[in-house]
Amino acid sequence: MTGNLIEIVSILAAAIAVSFGAIGPALAEGRAVAAAMDAIARQPEAAGTLSRTLFVGLAMIETMAIYTLVIALLVLFANPFV
Amino acid sequence: MDNPLTLDPLFQLGPVPITAPVLVTWGLIVLIGGGAYFATRHLTLRPGKIQTLLELFVTTIDGQLRDTLNRDPAPYRALIGTVFLFVLLANWCSLIPGIEPPTAHIETDAALALVVFAATLGYGVATRGLRGYLATFAEPSWVMIPLNIIEQITRTFSLIVRLFGNIMSGVFVVGIVLSLAGLFVPIPLMALELLTGAVQAYIFAVLATVFIGAAVGERPKRNLSSQEVSKP
Repeated sequence: MTGNLIEIVSILAAAIAVSFGAIGPALAEGRAVAAAMDAIARQPEAAGTLSRTLFVGLAMIETMAIYTLVIALLVLFANPFV
Repeated sequence: MDNPLTLDPLFQLGPVPITAPVLVTWGLIVLIGGGAYFATRHLTLRPGKIQTLLELFVTTIDGQLRDTLNRDPAPYRALIGTVFLFVLLANWCSLIPGIEPPTAHIETDAALALVVFAATLGYGVATRGLRGYLATFAEPSWVMIPLNIIEQITRTFSLIVRLFGNIMSGVFVVGIVLSLAGLFVPIPLMALELLTGAVQAYIFAVLATVFIGAAVGERPKRNLSSQEVSKP
């Protein structure tokens, strides 16, 4: 029964981790893309540099969400307590 | 559901267990190495189709490197170009039925990120000298030494986890949708995977460039743009 309880809690923890962990990066990526759009609209000739920097920045932000995904996978598949 | 964090060996080669990603990686090495060998046998001044493609690729990478580093891209071209090409082909392996991208397993990504880490150290030491490179850890003041060391480790780790997480989650989602919905439903997701794979390969290469750029240090002065010249 205890193992079963731990499995239930692990699945809940994984779901909560991914769902809440996605909020921050989603908002941040929205802001970053909006700012980049604004900058490209003002200065279209800088679009190349801007989009390269934007991609790298988005990757950095996205990493936070990926971290939660990895934590969720660890909890689901490599849980040390099951 | 298969566990994405563990691997079953396909067969043993002496004492070494060989897994599927290792086999796919060997295939990629043969493909890239052989392709590069045979494509560059007959280079001419008036390029044919293949040579034009190669020159376009190399010129694009050179341009990206020059934009990011503000230096001569020649010493970095081979490493960054190969890393980009390898990660791109590895991510697109899933186009061939029955083959999983080797980058969907954390070991391949760890190896790639360690290559980038070693290259960062190597280029840093080669450009600044050992003392000069170690001195950069104490910038802007010696208080930052622990943080700078931690940063080296965490950014390598995040390089691993970013590539792994993106590619593995794609493989995972396609697998789940396939098992739930049926044969042709995951095709749009696989198309999205191609885009993700290309973007992640690009980001991996750009981040490797940025890390190496930070290690080799101060950029030489940019050419003054027209705006800066016109200022009093």
